[in-house]
Amino acid sequence: MNPSVEALRRQFPDGVGRAMESCGQTIVYVDRARLLAIMTWLKESPSAAYNYLVDVTAVEYRDIERPIEVVYQLRALQHLGELRVKVELPKHEPLTVDSVYHLWRAADWLEREVYDMFGITFAGHPDLRRILMWETYQEGYPLRKDFPLRGRFSRAEQVRQALHANPEAHYSLEELSIERAYRDLPADMRDRIERGERDRVPPPPGEETQGE
Amino acid sequence: MGLSPLGDAPDLGGAVGGRSVMSQISPNWVTSRLDFLVNWARANSLWPMPFGTACCAIEFMATAAARYDLARFGMERLSFSPRQADVLLCAGRLPFKLAPVIRRIYDQMPQPKWVISMGACASTGGIFDNYAMVQGIDTVVPVDVYVPGCPPRPEGLLYGILLLQKKVRGETIADASLREERPLEPGGLRIPARLVDEISEPFGNSVHQSRSA
Repeated sequence: MNPSVEALRRQFPDGVGRAMESCGQTIVYVDRARLLAIMTWLKESPSAAYNYLVDVTAVEYRDIERPIEVVYQLRALQHLGELRVKVELPKHEPLTVDSVYHLWRAADWLEREVYDMFGITFAGHPDLRRILMWETYQEGYPLRKDFPLRGRFSRAEQVRQALHANPEAHYSLEELSIERAYRDLPADMRDRIERGERDRVPPPPGEETQGE
Repeated sequence: MGLSPLGDAPDLGGAVGGRSVMSQISPNWVTSRLDFLVNWARANSLWPMPFGTACCAIEFMATAAARYDLARFGMERLSFSPRQADVLLCAGRLPFKLAPVIRRIYDQMPQPKWVISMGACASTGGIFDNYAMVQGIDTVVPVDVYVPGCPPRPEGLLYGILLLQKKVRGETIADASLREERPLEPGGLRIPARLVDEISEPFGNSVHQSRSA
């Protein structure tokens, strides 16, 4: 059993549920309301230091009584610890959980994917849009158990809606430009770009004319 | 769209549309010689626009590479811009998200243009009989040659290309409908909705799965 679980229990006596070990992985269930506090502690306390969010996903079981679980796979790159954190979302309540976007930026697209496939909303996510299905997709959340394999609409209606999706209305190339991403890059990568290893450095917005 | 079928156009004599004149006098010795020449040139310099989405594209690359060598059939120039392409070669499955993309690429290609649907997924949806996949690209763009296989071997693709060349050699300048641009219908589909549903019907093992599971 991962020692972080005991440390978590001492730190959050009311927020940590059952824990178990499966295939060498420690799984710990935490309370939905305390998720953000627990994750912050897991990332920032020196003893835990889980600084790498490997995956965010969700599980819905065939038993319709069982709650949907949101699964966070954490790794600590310093001491190579692994921890799987799960949150249970009962189906009769709104499927909402706090976003961990501001702890790990890796959660950005992962949470969008979970939202897209399961319809779980992540409170506090700055850009919660569909990511795999197109923006105007209306048939629901494909990985839910009540979703029919071929979708809800007829094939003709699906083709019609797909042909009218107009990708440019929702996606832009500028969104992916290095100029936008530059400030969000880690310092070492910014260094390498400035030394010309990867690409040209974009002028910072608003300062284009100063160098002339 | 302002496009009227040729048959509905008023008879304006020979002033407009050499084609209608051509269709009246054809076939004769001149047009058939002209057809032969034009089709010979077209069939032997088809420039493919590869639209590779999946593993079929790997086989397509093998076909284009030295061992099978597409250049032998006049296709040595892969046109990665639709503006210079003659053949849209869809190699792989087409998700609904890509349907408007392939439709636009097809619309951007100048006439004359042909489409090869390579592999089971592009032709029928293949094993991907699910919510995300177009069940045959012929519901989105018109298709000239279907190449079966999962994925087809390079020999299979070459045979499809040879069939397309045969089709091109059989075309005639008198048949204006071959070069007619057909935009989407007012309903937003290429073919009637009933037909889309019909050709998207599941087959094989998929018939055991119900729509409303």
